[in-house]
Amino acid sequence: MHTDGFMYPNEIELQWSILIAVYPYVTGLVAGAFILASLERVFRVEEVKPTYRLALLTALAFLLVAPLPLQLHLGHPERSFEMYLTPHRSSAMAMFGFVYLWYLMAVLVVEIWLDYRRDIVLKAQSTTGFKRLIYRVLTLGSDNISERALAIDNRVGWIVTVIGIPSAFLLHGYVGFIFGSIKANPWWSTPLMPVVFLFSAMVSGIAVVMLLYMLTSKLRKQPIDMRCVDTIAKYLFYTFIIDFSLEMLDLIHRIYESDESFRSLDFMVHTRLYLSQIVIQIVLGTVVPIGLLVLAQIFSLNENWRKRIYVFSGCLTMIGIFAMRWNVVIGGQLFSKSFLGYTTYKLELITREGLLIAVALMLLPLAILYVLVKLLPPWEGAEETAHATSARAGA
Amino acid sequence: MNITRRKMLVLLPAAALAWENLLAGEPEKAPNYGTAEHWWAMLVDIEKCIGCGSCVNACQQENHVPDGYYRTWIERYRVYDNDWDNPVVDSPEGGKLGFPSEKNPNVKQFFVPKMCNHCADSPCTQVCPVGATFISPDGVVLVDEKYCLGCRYCVQACPYGCRFIHPEKKVAQKCTLCYHRISKGLTTACCEACPTGARQLADLKNPNDPIHQFLRTHSVQVLKPHLATGAKLYYNGLDGSVR
Repeated sequence: MHTDGFMYPNEIELQWSILIAVYPYVTGLVAGAFILASLERVFRVEEVKPTYRLALLTALAFLLVAPLPLQLHLGHPERSFEMYLTPHRSSAMAMFGFVYLWYLMAVLVVEIWLDYRRDIVLKAQSTTGFKRLIYRVLTLGSDNISERALAIDNRVGWIVTVIGIPSAFLLHGYVGFIFGSIKANPWWSTPLMPVVFLFSAMVSGIAVVMLLYMLTSKLRKQPIDMRCVDTIAKYLFYTFIIDFSLEMLDLIHRIYESDESFRSLDFMVHTRLYLSQIVIQIVLGTVVPIGLLVLAQIFSLNENWRKRIYVFSGCLTMIGIFAMRWNVVIGGQLFSKSFLGYTTYKLELITREGLLIAVALMLLPLAILYVLVKLLPPWEGAEETAHATSARAGA
Repeated sequence: MNITRRKMLVLLPAAALAWENLLAGEPEKAPNYGTAEHWWAMLVDIEKCIGCGSCVNACQQENHVPDGYYRTWIERYRVYDNDWDNPVVDSPEGGKLGFPSEKNPNVKQFFVPKMCNHCADSPCTQVCPVGATFISPDGVVLVDEKYCLGCRYCVQACPYGCRFIHPEKKVAQKCTLCYHRISKGLTTACCEACPTGARQLADLKNPNDPIHQFLRTHSVQVLKPHLATGAKLYYNGLDGSVR
């Protein structure tokens, strides 16, 4: 480990690895995707309807993976259930299990099930063999799809979404609080941290759903609903502006106050974090995509150009938000709490907390999403097509 | 058993050592030790510390501290040209081998022994997700190794860099204030090994403890007081440059 200056002797080893950067990234995508879905459901933004179900499935796919990086990181993963049995109430981390379970079981799964219930029942009737068994299980024994039952589903689904919005805020806000509440670490300790995390989560979640929608449309050889992606891009732009303003507020505040930690943090931003913070996070991951989105708003570009801009700025956004997580988690450990020295993080490749595992954990949600999409097609009219096919087969 | 003259020569020193231990007897038992009757702290007199490293060695032996990790360590501060915003600090191997001498006469040099501050409002116990680390009723911050998840949150939360993850046990470890000793009426290994009395175990609940007299008559400070951790590692003669 290469160190400069003086570190407390126990500080030389970094405690939290790339997996802990993956964790808030993945959780942020969940919260962001869900909030995008709620735009349609609660705020009646009809334009984003084509992405509603895809956003929910994306949120679920990422949520299922969210605890894995933590589990892999623990020294004693076999004891992690103790967080449920004997949680320490003053610990932000102890609350993770409960917020996670609440969000998974009381919000996301319920909402998806209610929304898909009609499709599931129809599929259980139209498919055969093993598939039929899966759908029959998924109906949970209820095959009532009368008008009245569906109206109730819709109403309950709406209520769940309304509860879901603050829950999504809670899920990711608290992740920010895990870092923001550590008074020992001035890089983390700011009340803005949960808010910054939340808005960056919305930015990344909106971007990932936009990209997935465009990608899946391409794969399915379906036209992209431009009204939909234009609207998503607009929301991406708005949340990005708020996110960037908050981050800049934090930065300006730090520079102006220049407290005891400032010299140390300033040195870090100019040296070890220059590439990941200034170049990747701020310039490439924030300023460039915001600029491109502004271009798409101001000039009446044609459809093809808009698509290219959305894909390019979406990808940059995803990279930029990951860089932000990296800079918080890894950056917060590169300087000594004595403010007299700096260490380095050596990313390992094949170890339990190495790069390969991190990449695998980022790809795993996409694999889960693939299965979910096969099982519960989110496309508009998909169920009608399936129904029609089965009706034909029946005839 | 057939004891040859050669075997006898080998056995004699061993027997002598064993005899010495036998004479010393077991550490004093304290069956009546009441946790409510004590509130432990430690006093470090920087003016007395000579940076010999005896405390670090004693701690490592007493507590089987793995190499490269420290439950206590010594930092050497050197302040050149009264630039106390930029002290030069080192702690090679936690200072356990002492320090090379400083030839420059125009430098202010002193040693600062560090260890867990056994904070009364400790940020490390606050963040533990399962309560595996806790403050004992007598004011010592401890870790239950059978319960710790190894999440490292407490290591992040300690402002003083006193915690580490044991490389084999994969649980958080730190200074226990030699709890196995002080609960039997002994002092800590580091205090016992200190040749100048720079470290003194103190019981704030014991009215006869000389700590009270000392605190009344000296300017005593804790590390990072602005963090309000309720630190109980009191330093006499703490320089403003110490972090």
